[in-house]
Amino acid sequence: MDEALLRSLTPGVLGILVRRGAGFAAAEDAVQDALVEAVRVWPAAPPRDAKGWLVTVAWRRFLDATRSDAARRRREDRVEEEPAAGPVPTADDTLQLYFLCAHPSLTPSSAVALTLRAVGGLTTRQIARAYLVPEATMAQRISRAKRTVSGVRFDRPGDVATVLRVLYLVFNEGYSGDVDLAAEAVRLTQQLAASVDHPEVAGLLALMLLHHARRAARTAPDGSLVPLAEQDRTRWDTAAISEGVAILQAALARDRLGEFQAQAAVAALHADAPTAAETDWVQIVEWYDELAALTDNPVVRLNRAVAVGEADGPRAGLAALAALDDSLPRHTAAVAYLHERAGDLPEAARLYAEAAHRAPTLAERDHLTRQAARLNTRLNT
Amino acid sequence: MAKYLLLKHYRGAPDPVNDVPMDRWTPEEISAHVQYMNDFAGRLQESGEFVDSQALAPQGTFVRYDGEGRPPVTDGPFAETKDLIAGWMVIDVDSYERALELAGELSAAPGAGGKPIHEWLELRPFYGVSPTATECLFHG
Repeated sequence: MDEALLRSLTPGVLGILVRRGAGFAAAEDAVQDALVEAVRVWPAAPPRDAKGWLVTVAWRRFLDATRSDAARRRREDRVEEEPAAGPVPTADDTLQLYFLCAHPSLTPSSAVALTLRAVGGLTTRQIARAYLVPEATMAQRISRAKRTVSGVRFDRPGDVATVLRVLYLVFNEGYSGDVDLAAEAVRLTQQLAASVDHPEVAGLLALMLLHHARRAARTAPDGSLVPLAEQDRTRWDTAAISEGVAILQAALARDRLGEFQAQAAVAALHADAPTAAETDWVQIVEWYDELAALTDNPVVRLNRAVAVGEADGPRAGLAALAALDDSLPRHTAAVAYLHERAGDLPEAARLYAEAAHRAPTLAERDHLTRQAARLNTRLNT
Repeated sequence: MAKYLLLKHYRGAPDPVNDVPMDRWTPEEISAHVQYMNDFAGRLQESGEFVDSQALAPQGTFVRYDGEGRPPVTDGPFAETKDLIAGWMVIDVDSYERALELAGELSAAPGAGGKPIHEWLELRPFYGVSPTATECLFHG
């Protein structure tokens, strides 16, 4: 059975239930039940109309749940009558669901969890495993999120930017557990791009595709990080790169530049270089200037300083870094790198060791420790 | 979305404000303390921030490899080690500020006289997952 197809039907089915008058929280539970039922039943008896099947089963589940609830509360049974289905613009429903699940009243972690379940069609257990928390914790997080948005009108347009931030968070989580969150983020962003015409949605999709294309080359078989300059570029996914570049070009042509398009442009310039030495660093610095004008994110200025170090030499890069707050994540690692490029190996070794101590991830810590060890070995022989 | 360890020390942390050993509390004060801890964990489960909570027995033994074909060497248990971990709680929260807030709440568990212990808890971040889109030019 094609689980990806099944999950891609989730938002449309949920949208139909909500349009028919079901509350979001109850509809979402009913759709989850229908998905579980589909996984059980479809392998032996595949339906002719997958979506129709899901709508029927989910609606029946919703009615059953509402009836038993209602029966408990009062004897009267008014939900017996099904509201007319009415016209169902699927793309709009899907978009509304994205807005709802990324509603600004939700914390980032709740928005992520709710998006993965209600839009992505993942089970609570899968989401819990992906984020390495107990299933009960994730179930609570999702039901609280559903309560938080229970009063939100379903037909009001939301802010695309909040949706993009949620998808970006999912993408950055990468891969852990049995769900590939980066791939899931790409799928959800593709689905969003099909529902709304927005250059920043295209920009984020391009950014994800361009980064995802390098994934196989980014880690060695032992799990250690491979820096961009040392990656085997034959292992980059050229189909994903072409797709990302085409999407980005179409977005840029509309002349409504945003943060994600600018980030994707940097990624595209890396993807475009046949070797690390042929990277167009001058253009990359220009894109970082654009990005810095769009956002006051200090990480952008840090990356810009490193790009300056490549374009104009390590001394220029170190001067740019000196102007930044040295408590920024990865600041020390960048200074270490540029000192090595400048030929000051003892200082670079010392700084790599210091950067390792402050690394935000285990993979980076190990990578930076190896850099320090490599230089120290060279210096001592 | 970051995980933190709240580490509780038997010994090794600075002295708490309400520094009366548990065996000098009244039984009711002990019950109130245990109840507070359970309620705290329950609130975290409800808020979707709970990951794990464990308590450790104090008897620790040091163990090390002693060469091919030889049994491991053991040392201890030591009655008076400088640092002794009593247990931990793991939380999954949206921000460092939230982690601080929760640690402060846990440290307010009641002790002698029903007053908060003001116990020092050690807050340690877990390493994050590997950076993907936030990858840096110089490593990744």
